[in-house]
Amino acid sequence: MTLLETKELTRIYGGLTAVNHVGFKLPQGEVHALIGPNGAGKSTFVGMVSGRIPASSGEVWFEGRNVTDLPAHRRIRLGMAYTFQITAVYERLSLADNIALALRDRTRAQILVALDRVGLADRADQITGDLSYGHQRLLEIAMGVAQSPRLLILDEPTQGLAESEIEGFNTLIRTLAGQTTILLIEHNMSVVMALADRITVLETGEILASGTPDEIHANAAVQEAYLGTG
Amino acid sequence: MSLNARSLALHLGLVAVLFALCFLLPTYHQGNLARIMVLATYAVGYNVLFGYTGLLSLGHAMFFAAGMYGLGLAMQLGGLSPVPAFAVGLLSAAALSAIVALLALRTIGVAFMIVTLMFSQAAFLTALYFGAWTGGDEGFVIAQASRQIAGYDLTNPTVRYLAALAVFSVALLMTGRMMQASFGHVLIGVRENEERTQMLGYDVYRHKLLAVIISGTLSGAAGAAYALLFGYVGATFASVQYSIFPLLWVLLGGAGTTIGPLIGVIFMFYLIDYSSGLTSAYMLIAGVVLVLLTLYARTGLMGEVRKRWVPWLP
Amino acid sequence: MEFGPHLLLAVLEGAVGAAVLALTALGLSLVFGVMRVVNVAHGEFFMVGAVVAWFVADTIAGHPAVGFVAALIVAPLVAGLIAVLVDKLVLKQVAYDPEATIVGTIGVLYILQQTALMTYGPEPRPVEAPFSHRIALPWFEWGENGLAMFYPWGLSITSYKLFVIFAAATVLVAFWLVMSRTRYGLIMRATQLDRETALAFGIPVQRVYSIVFGLGAGLAALAAVLIVPIQQAYYLMGAEPLLLSFIVVIIGGLGSVRGTVVAALMIGMSDGVISVFLSPTLSKIIATLLVALVLVFRPQGLFGTKAA
Repeated sequence: MTLLETKELTRIYGGLTAVNHVGFKLPQGEVHALIGPNGAGKSTFVGMVSGRIPASSGEVWFEGRNVTDLPAHRRIRLGMAYTFQITAVYERLSLADNIALALRDRTRAQILVALDRVGLADRADQITGDLSYGHQRLLEIAMGVAQSPRLLILDEPTQGLAESEIEGFNTLIRTLAGQTTILLIEHNMSVVMALADRITVLETGEILASGTPDEIHANAAVQEAYLGTG
Repeated sequence: MSLNARSLALHLGLVAVLFALCFLLPTYHQGNLARIMVLATYAVGYNVLFGYTGLLSLGHAMFFAAGMYGLGLAMQLGGLSPVPAFAVGLLSAAALSAIVALLALRTIGVAFMIVTLMFSQAAFLTALYFGAWTGGDEGFVIAQASRQIAGYDLTNPTVRYLAALAVFSVALLMTGRMMQASFGHVLIGVRENEERTQMLGYDVYRHKLLAVIISGTLSGAAGAAYALLFGYVGATFASVQYSIFPLLWVLLGGAGTTIGPLIGVIFMFYLIDYSSGLTSAYMLIAGVVLVLLTLYARTGLMGEVRKRWVPWLP
Repeated sequence: MEFGPHLLLAVLEGAVGAAVLALTALGLSLVFGVMRVVNVAHGEFFMVGAVVAWFVADTIAGHPAVGFVAALIVAPLVAGLIAVLVDKLVLKQVAYDPEATIVGTIGVLYILQQTALMTYGPEPRPVEAPFSHRIALPWFEWGENGLAMFYPWGLSITSYKLFVIFAAATVLVAFWLVMSRTRYGLIMRATQLDRETALAFGIPVQRVYSIVFGLGAGLAALAAVLIVPIQQAYYLMGAEPLLLSFIVVIIGGLGSVRGTVVAALMIGMSDGVISVFLSPTLSKIIATLLVALVLVFRPQGLFGTKAA
């Protein structure tokens, strides 16, 4: 079943077309990576999918329903979760309070379970702002996962994470795969190759190529535009 | 003791202390504290929007005045008795907050502050303009004879004090309960990171709208109570000064704490009471305190207490 | 006096108000444009200008013109210095955070206002104009011999008021020349457009901010010195210029100099004209509601550009 579909999705800023009539289909249960050079329009694209950024034209369909006119918070309620490219957590609140808002539940036990998925359960009562950037990032991922979303959108989740933390992240995503559909923007190619079922390459607002990791790896145009040695 | 239980105990304890003070304080201070508690209700209302939701309004005097004039005019011109007049005051404030919310929430940050200031100025000028009914700057007095509820004379100092305590207690317990519920936590989320809260699936606009209405209605309740208990309605209470006061009280006492507003009012009330004995320029104190708070103690008195010693302080 | 001459009189009086308002509002707009902060104490710098002018005029014996010229120099300087002090002691310490600046400048408002109350006193006091000649103004009417000119009784203006209009216009033009033609103006505009880049180019942004804040206050004080022989110096006189400047800057577009001047003309003239025909309270109600609604529905004002 197609969980997410975009039709001719476009975003224009003044004279610049950031995303150009992109048609995209994401089957349920897939882990899909969105890669491409800086400025390719990846964040803008997922911004429009989640409703954070209004589309200039085109449609977003989620679970067979046209959600283009729905505000972001309604789409989240329908089962999307979103992590920001630049970590957006509640820095002055404790980790527990952060998770509680994501869970919509203040039960201590549930909060600890959610934090445990990223190994932060022992820091539940610390103030988020006191944590390292990497830990804050993990918290945000935990918040996304805590929502038990149908579609988890991750915008450069491993940026700022240490190697060991990236390992933990990969493991977490693998446990989710199958139940949760995951759309992630990534620059870290080893993460992409390890996790992605399929990859889409964006360049200057358009899809350059789409396929399995091997297909993308072998694609000459992609190599020229972006990959290098991968 | 769980967090919620501790919070309730604190609030009930405070109410009990205030109740006891009614019979322990000399008349002068008893009268002051009655006035303080009504103004603290205003501050509690302001705190809901500023301290918890993070929206700085510079025009709350219009809500206080809506309650005050609502009750005052209902009694004076409409001949209503105190209880239905109080309802009129509440409804006036609620209606005004709803209208202002629908308009002002289309703006953010500095623009929001200026818009609330402008609406409040317009309200103040309107009260002056219709001076024939409102008494303009001078205002009007509500006769002692009409200020009775169920045979209790509200001009009697003890009855007045307990009435003020009743109003304040309701406001305090209500906000205390609200902040423990999910609604209150989302308000804090809106304050801390609005976009993040939106992207966790919360309707930020609806929360802000409700926050403005609750805040404005509480402020109106305080205004109505003030008119009823102290027998006076005047345009001064709609002026800019009465929009600055709750900001000052809440900042001083501790924004985003439940008992901070009361502490702030007590502190400023006695500070001004003392300095107006020295000079007619007592608002200078208010100015200095505001500057010092801005520079050194943005979290206020209870905020510091929470930071250093009592992390669970609601 | 009939409607025509009455209207002309209202327009002229409005022009005087508009001229002074343009200078005052320009000070507020400059500060917001370059520093991105709202100075709620702006009206009090206006009041300081008037009060200092009174003190100077009172101290200097002799022809009132001498005291007036001295006040023109001293008052803006005093206001400017106080402003620089406020910038260093308060604004810089809160790193120009918008909310903290507003709260802090509210505090400064009360400090300045109440200090004036304590030193200058609660009564309004006049300052004598350096010169003042009544100039009768002609009006035209269709008579038996065609278009005839005559001087309706009551239709006059003083030479001083004409001077105020002329002086304010001169300062505005001078300001525009400085902003657009000199290096100082260029530095200020650069800091306004992009603070980070200005820093990278070695522009002492911190000092620019202090100077701009001082300049904003100085403009308000200068406007007050011009108007004080017509009005009186009063410790509460800062409230109305503040409100009107706010209205002008918001309708004209925060940060837009041209918009400020045009809006000042509009507001000043209409305030003068409307106040003649409507009660001043009602015209103020309309004005404040207008500001609020402009902010709600067209936040960029009439001339500003929409923020991205």
